Amino acid sequence: MNPAALTLQLLELVMALLLAPLLMGWVNQCRAWTQNRKAPPITQPFRLLAKLFEKDVVLAYNASSLFRFVPYMLFACMALVCVIVPVLSTDLPFSPAADVIALVGIFALARLFIALAGMDVGTAFGGLGSRREMLIGFLAEPALLMVFFTASLISRSTALPTIVESLAHREFVIYPSLAFAGVAFILVSLAENARIPVDNPTTHLELTMIHEAMILEYSGRHLALIEWAAALKLYAYFSLGFGLFFPWGIPQGTGVGNVAMALPALLLKLAAGGFLLALIETLSAKMRVFRAPEFLGMAFLLAVIGMLVHMLLEVPA
Amino acid sequence: MELAALLAIPLLGCAVLALLGHRRGAPEINGAFSLATLAAAAALTVRVIENGPLRLWQDQFFIDPLNVFLVALTAFVGFTTSLFSRPYMRVEREHGRLTAGSMRLYHSMFQMFMFTMLLALTTNNMGILWVAMEGATLATVLLVSLYRTAASLEAAWKYFILCGVGIAQALFGTILLYLAAEPVLGREGGALLWTQLDAIKGSLEPTVLSLAFVFLLVGYGTKVGLVPLHNWLPDAHAEGPTPISAVLSGLLLNVAIYAVVRCKVLVDGSLHTHFAGNLMMGFGLLSVGVAAFFLSRQRDIKRMFAYSSIEHMGIITFAFGMGGPMASFAGLLHMTVHSLTKSAIFFTVGHAVQKTGTQIMDDIRGLLGANPTIGWGLMLGSLAILGMPPFGVFASEFLILTTAMHEHPWATPILLVSLGVAFAAIFGKVQPMVFGETTARRLPHPPAILPVFVHLAAVLMLGLWIPPYLAEWYRQAAKFIG
Amino acid sequence: MSALSALPLSGQIINLLAAVLLLISFAMLVQRRILSLIDLFAAQGAVLCLSTVLVAVTTGQRHLYFSAAITLVLKVVLLPWILHRLIRRLNVKWDVEGLINIPTTMLVGIVVVVVAFNLALPISQLAGTLTRPTLGIALATVLLAFLMMITRSKAVPQVIGFLSMENGLFFAATSATYGMPMVVEMGIALDVLIGMIIFGVFFFQIRTQFDSLDISHLEQLKEK
Repeated sequence: MNPAALTLQLLELVMALLLAPLLMGWVNQCRAWTQNRKAPPITQPFRLLAKLFEKDVVLAYNASSLFRFVPYMLFACMALVCVIVPVLSTDLPFSPAADVIALVGIFALARLFIALAGMDVGTAFGGLGSRREMLIGFLAEPALLMVFFTASLISRSTALPTIVESLAHREFVIYPSLAFAGVAFILVSLAENARIPVDNPTTHLELTMIHEAMILEYSGRHLALIEWAAALKLYAYFSLGFGLFFPWGIPQGTGVGNVAMALPALLLKLAAGGFLLALIETLSAKMRVFRAPEFLGMAFLLAVIGMLVHMLLEVPA
Repeated sequence: MELAALLAIPLLGCAVLALLGHRRGAPEINGAFSLATLAAAAALTVRVIENGPLRLWQDQFFIDPLNVFLVALTAFVGFTTSLFSRPYMRVEREHGRLTAGSMRLYHSMFQMFMFTMLLALTTNNMGILWVAMEGATLATVLLVSLYRTAASLEAAWKYFILCGVGIAQALFGTILLYLAAEPVLGREGGALLWTQLDAIKGSLEPTVLSLAFVFLLVGYGTKVGLVPLHNWLPDAHAEGPTPISAVLSGLLLNVAIYAVVRCKVLVDGSLHTHFAGNLMMGFGLLSVGVAAFFLSRQRDIKRMFAYSSIEHMGIITFAFGMGGPMASFAGLLHMTVHSLTKSAIFFTVGHAVQKTGTQIMDDIRGLLGANPTIGWGLMLGSLAILGMPPFGVFASEFLILTTAMHEHPWATPILLVSLGVAFAAIFGKVQPMVFGETTARRLPHPPAILPVFVHLAAVLMLGLWIPPYLAEWYRQAAKFIG
Repeated sequence: MSALSALPLSGQIINLLAAVLLLISFAMLVQRRILSLIDLFAAQGAVLCLSTVLVAVTTGQRHLYFSAAITLVLKVVLLPWILHRLIRRLNVKWDVEGLINIPTTMLVGIVVVVVAFNLALPISQLAGTLTRPTLGIALATVLLAFLMMITRSKAVPQVIGFLSMENGLFFAATSATYGMPMVVEMGIALDVLIGMIIFGVFFFQIRTQFDSLDISHLEQLKEK
């Protein structure tokens, strides 16, 4: 194995762990700005994590071992995703594992565990949150898969590095199907990351919360891990989106020069993407939970149309 | 020259009547313009008979036996309808059902409607044909809602939306036609001109043309009132003023069929199969059957005769669908006699409704006692439209039936049963309306009886003896349709 | 994809615009608010105009500039303006509740798109234009607008559906044959404009009659 590549792989992991909370902070900052509020510092998520890690864990009497195990599981899943999604280079030791279908599987695994954990303690809110989470997952996953299929139809591969390479390093061609898939992907990402308009990450209002309801019983380092995992998930979705729709700037090689080029591009894209997310969240209103199926149905529909458009416009007749 | 007059007169009439408004003489001026149009049409007809088909103004207009006979028919029925509408609309105005503004709208749009019909008939450009058909809808849609009642608004809205959607399908068909023709004729070669298309129809792409025909048939078929696209037709006929019902039934439906037939000629030439004909036969039979069975359930007299129009449009579509000189001849004849008879019926129905003040058939009784001419007019008209022997409808239906027996025996029972059901329904309802105790009142204006009997006499004559030049004319047109 | 890279950039952009057109059609299908619906309609007109200009630039078809200009004036400026005025004058701003719920409409919409694409495929191969693949999208736009007219129970959305259908037809003409002859296009534009005015008259008549623009009032005439 190439030591330089291995280093780069490690770098990618460390970078993800650090950048993810920063991204969270950046989004919160942008949101505060767009809403005319005083913004918290960008490092606020780190402070939160540090505070939580210092605190003791309080467990419910009837919490099982699963309840304690889930935060680690969650964190591991998200870290794994962040490692295999190509960010700095498409040629990394773990790259062959980056199959889009496998990615959906890892997300599903994480979802399963957090839903189980939500029900484990047996409080009303936990069960409610788990149920809603499963409903959303049930609708979001097919849509996500369709998005991935559209992208893989273009590059004829479900391996992420190949998709990225074929889009980034070939002659520039406009793919209308990707426009559909891109919009669908944004919708799915909003739902999956518990953002407005599907969920509100900042409230604990029992009528509407989904993600927060499941983790209501967590505290201390467990909560810290879950929060961190949530940040990682957001980061992973961002890098997935960049890989599929804006792959420019992700180099093929693993040299220092390549990384030096990739890093600023990544930061720039994250900054822009984060701002966009904040903008979307500011401009849209939280919808009722019962509207969520409609919202995700639309994502699915867009992805399907993307595929159809691909068949019509982009396949040589 | 004649053509210019033919198109300019109604257009001018539209403008003049719009300016003149509801002055006393408006109905007479309307009649005068219609008479002038008829004169222009007659002159044009004479010229075509003498010199053969004409192409005018860089081929943008085209007159051949097929459309010149429809032009003459349209101008004639337009004129008689204007005669009928003179007392009819006056009565409506005096009963307070219409305002001065609606009278202005009515007269102006009546001429506009004539213009769009004549334009649709004479144009050689399939695109302009579409534009004119849409224009005909636009001209009549506000007339259907002239009374501003809830029901008339609904009828007009339905008419507008359904025909709008339908005609949009026809536009798509026209685009496909252009798509097929453009590679052969080029952009400058007038790829939408019917004569050009006809000349090269053998080299048009069959797949495109068959699809185009489906769209065109659905589109123009909506205006013909073919089942299942007929929903607008009974409502629009029943709720609009009666002269409008008369021209809708007598003219608009004919022109829509004319458009379908023009398209069919092209498609047949390209496909060399019976695809278009089969489609038309299917739609035609369905219309005949469905309309006949709906006839017996009607309570409103104008609705009933509207369904009868659907039935006859079905017969005509079926006849043209069968194709061949005999069936096409019969189809053309049927178009003529149906148009004359149906408008005559609507004239009498209009007066009858004004006399009795209701359109519900159960409340109309004893027309014969109230006004013998109206009573006899309705009776004779109904007998004629039902295909009783001395009248022209009998002749054309007989021809169509015998041809059907010969070529498509399976279709004959359906036709016969439908005609029988229609007969029972209409006759059973007209008979008590005509005979029996009268309930009618006196009208301030004497009804216009002349148009009714002129029409019926013409129909009677066509049943007994078709003038040789007319027969020759039909024969040429039928040969042309193939 | 060799075939796609063979297309010049303008062709690719036209494809993209076609896709956006389809996207807007879907957005209109599921949009609940009337004012947004009008804005979407204007956006559809704008995209249409842009793609027509692009086709004109690429192929040098002069008359397409006129078509684009007509589109711009009529469908981007005039009709939305009339509609906005009507809405304001009639004071109707409520949500557009459809007859079928939105997810079902969307599913039907997908089926419609599949049908349209399949129908258009054999034809578009015969067309000799740069833009021929987009014929399927044009047909889909027409059918989606049709679907919208069927599923909406209010007058204004039905009319917008009608106009959007005309947009789709215009796009079909542009993509299949670089537009119809000038005379015909002028005629069509005139018809649409007059149609719009008549619609306006109708809105007022319907409202005076029923105090509402709900088409369900207009369902009294049925066969008993």
